Amino acid sequence: MTLQDILIATAKIVAFVGLVLPMIAYSVVAERRISAAIQDRIGPNRVGPFGLLQPLADGLKFLLKEDFTPNYVRKAYFWMAPALTMIPSFVVFAVIPFGSSLFGEKMVIADLNVGILFTFAIVSLSVYGIVLAGYASNSKYPFLGGIRSSAQMISYEIAMGMSVIPVFMLTSDPQFYATGLSEAWTTFLAGTADLNLSRIIAYQSGSLFDWMIFKQPLAFLIFLVAAFAETNRLPFDLPESETELVAGYHTEYSSMKFALFFLGEYAAMIAASALMVVLFLGGWTLPFWGLDEPASNLFTGLLHIAIFIGKLGIFMVFFIWIRWTLPRFRYDQLMNLGWKRFLPLALANIIVTAVWLWFRS
Amino acid sequence: MAETTTKDSSQAVQPQVEMVRIKINGMEVEVPKTQPDPITGKPVPTTMIQACAMHGVDVPHYCYHPKLPVAGNCRMCLVEFGMPAVDRNRQPVLNDDGSPKINKMPRPAIACATAIAPNMEIYADSDGSKEMRKAVLEFLLINHPLDCPICDQAGECKLQEYSYEYGQAESRFVEAKVHKPKQVDLGPRIMLDDERCILCSRCIRFTRDIAGDDALGFFNRGSYNTLGAYPGKSFDNNYTLNTVDICPVGALTSKDFRFRMRAWFLKETDSVCNSCGTGCNTIVSSREEVIYRQEPRENDAVNSSWMCDHGRLNYKWQASDTRLDAVSARRGDVREVIDWPRVVDELSGKLQSFAPGEVAFIASGQMTTEEIFLFRRLAEKFGGLRESFPNVGEGDHLLVSADKDPNTNGLFITGFTPAGEQGRNFQSIQDGIRNGSIKALFVIREDLIARGMDAGLLEDLQLLVVSDIHRTPTTDAAHYILPGCAHFEKRGTFINVKGRLQKFMKAVEGPGASRPEWEFLHELVHQTTGQNGFSTIEGLFNQMAGEIPALAGVTWASIGDTGRSVELPGA
Amino acid sequence: MIVERKELSFLEKTYLPGIAQGIKITARHFFDTVSGRKKVTMQYPEEKWTVPEGYRGAPYLVKDQEGRTKCVSCQLCEFICPPKAIKITPPGPEVRDELGGVEKGPEDFEINMLRCIFCGLCQEVCPEEAIFLMKDYSLTGQSREEMIYHKDKLLELGGVHNDTIMKWKKKDEEARQQASFH
Repeated sequence: MTLQDILIATAKIVAFVGLVLPMIAYSVVAERRISAAIQDRIGPNRVGPFGLLQPLADGLKFLLKEDFTPNYVRKAYFWMAPALTMIPSFVVFAVIPFGSSLFGEKMVIADLNVGILFTFAIVSLSVYGIVLAGYASNSKYPFLGGIRSSAQMISYEIAMGMSVIPVFMLTSDPQFYATGLSEAWTTFLAGTADLNLSRIIAYQSGSLFDWMIFKQPLAFLIFLVAAFAETNRLPFDLPESETELVAGYHTEYSSMKFALFFLGEYAAMIAASALMVVLFLGGWTLPFWGLDEPASNLFTGLLHIAIFIGKLGIFMVFFIWIRWTLPRFRYDQLMNLGWKRFLPLALANIIVTAVWLWFRS
Repeated sequence: MAETTTKDSSQAVQPQVEMVRIKINGMEVEVPKTQPDPITGKPVPTTMIQACAMHGVDVPHYCYHPKLPVAGNCRMCLVEFGMPAVDRNRQPVLNDDGSPKINKMPRPAIACATAIAPNMEIYADSDGSKEMRKAVLEFLLINHPLDCPICDQAGECKLQEYSYEYGQAESRFVEAKVHKPKQVDLGPRIMLDDERCILCSRCIRFTRDIAGDDALGFFNRGSYNTLGAYPGKSFDNNYTLNTVDICPVGALTSKDFRFRMRAWFLKETDSVCNSCGTGCNTIVSSREEVIYRQEPRENDAVNSSWMCDHGRLNYKWQASDTRLDAVSARRGDVREVIDWPRVVDELSGKLQSFAPGEVAFIASGQMTTEEIFLFRRLAEKFGGLRESFPNVGEGDHLLVSADKDPNTNGLFITGFTPAGEQGRNFQSIQDGIRNGSIKALFVIREDLIARGMDAGLLEDLQLLVVSDIHRTPTTDAAHYILPGCAHFEKRGTFINVKGRLQKFMKAVEGPGASRPEWEFLHELVHQTTGQNGFSTIEGLFNQMAGEIPALAGVTWASIGDTGRSVELPGA
Repeated sequence: MIVERKELSFLEKTYLPGIAQGIKITARHFFDTVSGRKKVTMQYPEEKWTVPEGYRGAPYLVKDQEGRTKCVSCQLCEFICPPKAIKITPPGPEVRDELGGVEKGPEDFEINMLRCIFCGLCQEVCPEEAIFLMKDYSLTGQSREEMIYHKDKLLELGGVHNDTIMKWKKKDEEARQQASFH
């Protein structure tokens, strides 16, 4: 790896973080404004024009609040937990292709050929932050929250992992890459392997109905629901569940440490949305106006990034919308759904897809 | 104020008195035929209202008062009644079953002035009786200003109470009311509102027959009939404020209490007056740790229902600026505020460093019996001279005693100072200080400089401990100041000049760090002698009663609300 | 009582129709609010509501049309006040002329607005119609002391209440007419 590579990667990281952090901040504002509208209220509209500076005020509040550590907690783990929640959500972004290319550089921080495996590996880590918070707080509600969280995350990770297998079964079609691609795509995909996320985008770029959401609707549904569970969003926010567990795993947290949990949740939402955009919604492509190919100039490059963010925004709004629509599942219902419904369905989906592929070949 | 005749006084004359059977509200009861006259004490026929009161039937009344002669002018106690019928030969008419036939009397009678007769039936709660009360009240209210919002009596006003119970809601009187003088300055302590007066004449009878100062009377006639002091006479005897107590309405008001606080806010605490040796029973009314007034509490063995104006108004020192509110120690010329545990520690250490006889103890008749008892223990431990001073002033024919200390007999009965020997050791103590045989002095509630001791002599002492409630020249000279509590601020007992042992309750908190004397005396006794004692006043009293022959068998609980008589030493 | 649980159809068991129904409802509310078609909130400090008649706001003292403080310091409101927000200092025994024929008026009248629960019992119990719950609802201050309103402030905020009876004045006039009898 040359110095140039490192500099370019650093620049990408800085740019990406510079992009994602405001997105996290504004998704909080969006959450508050949308929830307000759903509940016939107005929401925060006092700080700045239309309340757009609200994140600044919130951030300032979090920074200035007393950072209180109760004296009975296990201090090291207690301090570690918020970071452990935040970091995996960010690391996932490393392999997400959020645009085609700018100045000849691929818009992905680490163009791994095992992209999806990396993603799942990292996502599995985020459970540790919450479990650790529950354990380190040394208090009954956080403990219950932590336990719930571990069970929930492990259960849904399996369904989630199973659900994407058909997608890759479809996309790892060597014939398609040999014949069905334009020259731009071929150059773009040079040196990539089957599990590279850019390949999936390429596979979906042809037409609207090449999008996996249409080709694998069941996989999409399972992945979507599992994403809700993995990010602890309503209707699956059992680790937090205010009504039963006060605030669940972060009951004992305050100030910036609490903010890390809070922002970590939104970062995870963005990561999950980004993954869904790539896997099921054709990534940064649109099947018309020539936007289905890697960019050849700066304008198209930026447009691709905008398309990606736009698609991502749809998912974010959907996340928020669902939260203010559905009530929380009961714990046994959650387990039922994960193990008895989604896991068999995902397995069946794999078999059906395999049979179809065999039949077609 | 309670107006029922106490059973004690009626039972005292009962053995010789013939009992009469009558019926009250259909209930067959026996009542004595005669009762002692409230003024002369001679037996007079029992009245219907007394008979009713004895059996718990309340007959509304204004002018009647059990401790005053009967006037019978308010008509509020009108009741229907029945008498046994007699035929033309004056023989009783009998019913078919042989019981005497009762004829309901055609006209009602005032219960306060009608004597009972055998087989009489009193219908105190009949519809007719109630109707009469309603009518009487309507008359009484014709010229009444109905200014309850600004009337001090509101809340303890018989006019309000009976109006509520028996009266009618609306007045039918549409003419202009008669207006009489308001804010009449009747005497130095009394303000009169003639409009509110219902002309019951209780005040006139009290001041004429009880206080012996015939100063009040009615003037003018009919609707213009008003109460007033006789021309040239001032209503200024020492018992005027009792008329405020017995006034059933708000006509007579105390200038001291007027417009200060509403009666319903006041917490009432049973207490005993400390202004003289009589020890009148009192009710101390306070709100939020502020004392607003003192009223007599009925006790026929001591003060009947009365008390003197001087004693009644003698409570303001409790909240004065000169009250001591901090424990302090003088080290050289510097006075340091310290806390109670430390002062008890230091004091018990220092007291024990003196040889027997080097410490003298001076007590006061203002201390409670329990405190004197503990103080004597302390004095016995150090074997020093003991002293207390007589406090003699002027007495009168009614309640005021010449002894101005409330507990002189407490000093005698505990043996702190033998009876008749007050003031005898003072000279020896002064001589002792001068020749160095007395090195320390422990003084409670006495100002030695005011008693004539040379201030320089106090300087010679190695240790001067003074407990008082007010700042005095003696406390200024003290090495240790122990702020005590006034009798309003603690519990305890006094023994009055006649040997009546009476307890009083705590009405308000003492200022700052002040503490009841018996508490710190108990701790000092405990630390210097090693003897265990009681940290409650009940336990302490019972312990004391067990050690003093005159109090044998008396317990704190058995003292009761009105006290009990004990045998005085040498009596 | 046994409640029969309805057997769910296959579609209902997938939860999907239910979820769609919920999304529809929240979406309707969302668009109603965003488009401004339905409005239930108010931009408070800028927009203010019309306080209805009979509203129980802050209790203030009133004067009558002749400028006399109507309160006679009977302390009934102090007695009835459930949170003990009222404290009246009675005038004491000195005879005062400035009260306009009434012997008694408050030396001081304190209402602790932090304690007040705006129940209106003081108004109900007042025999002189001297205290009223007015329409003020937004009481603020920088300190606890500032939130204890004293007599002067209460009278200033309360203003004038038109007294149609003028009880004390009538009484006084009646007494003057009869003065010749004394």
